[in-house]
Amino acid sequence: MNTKTLVIVGHGMVGHRLVEAMRSRDEAGQWRIVVFGQESRPAYDRVSLSSYFEGASEGELSLVADDVRRDQAVELRLGARVVAVDRDAQTVRTASGQTRGYDTLVLATGSYPFVPPVPGRDLPGCFVYRTLDDLDAIRTAAEAAVARGDPGRRSGVVVGGGLLGLEAARALRLLGLSPHVVEIAPRLMPVQVDEGGGALLRRLVEDLDVAVRCGVSVQSIAKGPRGRGLVAALSDGIELDADVVVFSAGIRPFDQLARAMGLPVGERGGVLVNDYCRTADERIYAIGECAAIAVRGAVGGVGRTYGLVAPGYAMAEVVADRLLGGGATVTAADLDTSTKLKLLGVDVASFGDAHASTRGALEVVINDPVAGSYQKLVVSDDAKTLLGGILVGDASRYATLRSLMGSKLPADPVAMIAPGGVAVGADELPDSAQICSCNAVTKGTLRAAIAKGAHDVPALKACTKAGTTCGSCLPTLKLLLKQSGVTVSKAVCEHFACSRQELFQIVAGTGIQTFSELVARYGSGRGCDICKPAVASILASTGACGSHILDGEQATLQDTNDHFLANLQRNGTYSVIPRIPGGEITPEGLIAIGEIARDFKLYTKITGGQRIDMFGARVEQLPAIWRRLVDAGFESGHAYGKALRTVKSCVGTDWCRYGVQDSVSMAILLELRYRGLRSPHKLKSAVSGCARECAEARSKDFGVIATEAGWNLYVCGNGGFRPRHADLLAADLGTETLVRTIDRFLMFYIRTADRLQRTAPWLEAMEGGLDHLREVIMDDKLGICAELDAAMARHVAGYSDEWRGVLEDPVKLARFNSFVNAPGTPDPTVEFVDRRGQRVPVGYDRGSQRVLISGPTLQVAGK
Amino acid sequence: MTMTAQSCDSGTGPVGLRWETVCRLDRLQPGRGVAALLGGRQVALFRLPGAFGDEGADDVNSVVYAIDNIDPCSGAAVLSRGIVGDRNGQPVVASPIYKQAFSLLTGRCLDDPAQEVEVHKVRVVDGWIQVELS
Ligand code: SRM
Ligand SMILES: Cc1cc2nc3c(=O)[nH]c(=O)nc-3n(C[C@H](O)[C@H](O)[C@H](O)COP(=O)(O)OP(=O)(O)OC[C@H]3O[C@@H](n4cnc5c(N)ncnc54)[C@H](O)[C@@H]3O)c2cc1C
Ligand code: SF4
Ligand code: FES
Repeated sequence: MNTKTLVIVGHGMVGHRLVEAMRSRDEAGQWRIVVFGQESRPAYDRVSLSSYFEGASEGELSLVADDVRRDQAVELRLGARVVAVDRDAQTVRTASGQTRGYDTLVLATGSYPFVPPVPGRDLPGCFVYRTLDDLDAIRTAAEAAVARGDPGRRSGVVVGGGLLGLEAARALRLLGLSPHVVEIAPRLMPVQVDEGGGALLRRLVEDLDVAVRCGVSVQSIAKGPRGRGLVAALSDGIELDADVVVFSAGIRPFDQLARAMGLPVGERGGVLVNDYCRTADERIYAIGECAAIAVRGAVGGVGRTYGLVAPGYAMAEVVADRLLGGGATVTAADLDTSTKLKLLGVDVASFGDAHASTRGALEVVINDPVAGSYQKLVVSDDAKTLLGGILVGDASRYATLRSLMGSKLPADPVAMIAPGGVAVGADELPDSAQICSCNAVTKGTLRAAIAKGAHDVPALKACTKAGTTCGSCLPTLKLLLKQSGVTVSKAVCEHFACSRQELFQIVAGTGIQTFSELVARYGSGRGCDICKPAVASILASTGACGSHILDGEQATLQDTNDHFLANLQRNGTYSVIPRIPGGEITPEGLIAIGEIARDFKLYTKITGGQRIDMFGARVEQLPAIWRRLVDAGFESGHAYGKALRTVKSCVGTDWCRYGVQDSVSMAILLELRYRGLRSPHKLKSAVSGCARECAEARSKDFGVIATEAGWNLYVCGNGGFRPRHADLLAADLGTETLVRTIDRFLMFYIRTADRLQRTAPWLEAMEGGLDHLREVIMDDKLGICAELDAAMARHVAGYSDEWRGVLEDPVKLARFNSFVNAPGTPDPTVEFVDRRGQRVPVGYDRGSQRVLISGPTLQVAGK
Repeated sequence: MTMTAQSCDSGTGPVGLRWETVCRLDRLQPGRGVAALLGGRQVALFRLPGAFGDEGADDVNSVVYAIDNIDPCSGAAVLSRGIVGDRNGQPVVASPIYKQAFSLLTGRCLDDPAQEVEVHKVRVVDGWIQVELS
């Protein structure tokens, strides 16, 4: 068989979907595929572009799976712009002069951002928002502005208040600039949202500290005074300072190639194609944002382009089908234009015929400005069929409503959007309802996949692609799984069939105070090294039992680290880390630690957590070491516990010329407040005195960054195995609100997380994500904030130093023995060797049971 | 039953069988272990609150187990500091270093069949714990 060559111009989201569709269907290997992409990177998730500023890496955004990379039948040419097509010779030519023949050509060139022709739009500091390269450039400019020494706030102007403009504004905010959105229409998101929704949307966006100006346009951009920054002049005479200007005033289809080769284009641009995406040339197709699908029955070149990914994916699937001999066409249902704004903290969704343009369509609106919610449904003239809708402020019904589009409503439309009205569950949806609109996956397909064994969200994603694009259907996927009766074992271990969260509820609800009672009543057997420490942590955080973690039976539940209040090392010795709140320490403190380490011959090291670790203490030495530390004013640092570790700080206003708040005092306040707090996993924090972020607060479970107006609170970050940057939970908080919000955040985490689940995976698993978290701890949606506050107040009032508690109690002290029958005799297996002037354990070759004389030696320069 | 290289080295111990008195039973907290030094050999003793058969159970509700203290997986003398519990009803201690579980009945490592520790007989006489050493 002769293989044919398919050339695709453009390696964006849609072009790549065509590659995947072809490769998964072309089993006979009829086609070889050559893709030309103008960007330097292979296809990536443009829909999630903004997450690049929240820490998503290039790799995480990439759409190209390993098997495609290895696929011999696909040739990918990056950084290669196609500049000409010879339709007679059937070849394409790139900017660098390469040519390539094709049997079929597919244009998937997408769109380019429209920049209104205002004077000054080319000045340095002006950007568009479309590619990763654009974002890199914006980041560089914003960082340079933030790092500049002169006083005053750094600001950005976004030209255009549509979906992308609002995303760009939020990105500027994340980069430390104060954003200003300028929209020529009288409201934000004019395409998707009507006047009523727009008014509320504006208020919600302004609450996020994004300034909004509607009904005005930008007239010119000029260099700022003394060459610093830019000035944007508006049509109402106002001038806005800007360090960065981002144009987001709409997109235009990339149809130049088609024009140059004489193919018809739509009257408003876009390569004109028929209902299976073919152009006037039978060997050339166009898909995605560059294609204009001819409007049926219209005369001449009337076509419609689509600026969303779902219609583009549908087009790619149709072309793949056609090239392999099928007869698919794109239907109106494929061309879903539903949108859910991904802007954090503002829920906006619009779907279907949002502006009621269908003949006879009726609108049902519930506008509650006090609750901050605007809900509108558009229904057919008999009020039975759902045609579209707009949700602002509360888009929780979006997934269900959107999948009901075009079908009969299960209830009265008013009841469906009224507060506390009918909740439509996924079980009421017909199998034909589209659950994932980005990937056109119906409920029927998902149910079949579940029946075939896809029993969790990752499995469903892998076999149906649902949920892999914008993610707004994920809650419905979870619901479907739940309704299919799939149970994912959440059992803690063989002794408890329930999850940690359920155990927590049981302990809090029953007041049970001992492990033996808990396991006897709610579990089986004797427990183990998994459930015992988990229960110990719950008992400690509910305050259900005695005040010290080594009191009574609790002592038997603790991991060896907690049991000896120190960290076990590989040779059986322990390390000692006293608390050094905020990393601030007096010369006397340093001397005391130095003397103690010297006297007990302990190895010392500065930790990554801004404090000092002393290694090599034997069990029986711990009380004597701590006696001296406590006398010198030190407390336990809980380096051994699943508990608060450190709150790092930077120097802040006391010394730093850029500091805007006193970060050291804040770090100390937080560390002292939460010291000793036991949690499902360790907790780390940091406070930075300005946006330069020297304390690395955004890699912490809770991080605080000073602003001119107060404190920004970031949550759920970590370094470690799978690093994640923390998300902005709330901005410009006063100290009191900041502390109260952290209190609730921590207590909510302690109550609901799984065993050994740090805050980042906890948030990732949370239905509703950050928005839900914010609703629970800031808006008190569940009505539990008073309880969380009280729990933290109890913790703060009940804190006492664990090491002091041991030293004062002879029963606890008696445990710190090397041998029950020879107290004080050192463990004979513990041996040290010299390393750079300090003692380290004799090397032990893990696994082979050979005792090495010394570990591997390193060549140290200058030694 | 294989012995670890280190327990072979401790040649100073007595030859033949002998009951060695260690400490009073009430020095052991139910549900936790202690280490003992017996003629140059380190033994880990655990007291469980009854219910696992009755070998060695002189005290009304207690069972005491003894195994070697050195964790063969790490080489550190730490098994006495592990958490005790059960796996499918079998009493075990989890090494505090890399968490492998060792049966208190057989000394076998349930997570790595290649590893094993020696088990010692224990009895309680007049409230005193005695361990039989070979
Ligand atoms: C001492 C220290 C290294 C140093 O010399 O700097 C250290 C030492 C250990 N870390 Fe760490 N970590 C230390 C800072 C960090 C940091 C940096 C920081 O806190 O800013 C991180 C990355 C930040 C983070 O946690 O998000 C870090 C990420 C980890 C992880 C991975 C956590 C994760 O979520 O992936 C582990 C493993 C775990 O906890 O399960 C770990 C576990 C450990 C343990 C406890 C491993 C163990 O079980 O024995 C090490 C104990 C050594 C000892 O006996 O003291 N250590 N560890 C640091 C003590 C800081 C302190 O003052 O308390
Ligand atoms: C910030 C942002 C947020 C978005 N959010 C959403 C959302 O929430 N939901 C949604 O549905 N959609 C969203 N979109 C739109 C979505 O990204 C696009 O609809 C989708 O990427 C279109 O895919 P495409 O392949 O047609 O175009 P693109 O992804 O733009 O790919 C076209 C590619 O072709 C290349 N190209 C162009 N001309 C040539 C040439 N001559 N030679 C070689 N290569 C060429 C371009 O460089 C580009 O890489 C968003 C877009 C942005 C920018
Ligand atoms: S990075 Fe690894 S080796 Fe280094 S301290 Fe942390 S856990 Fe230990
Ligand atoms: S609806 Fe966007 S990923 Fe499913």
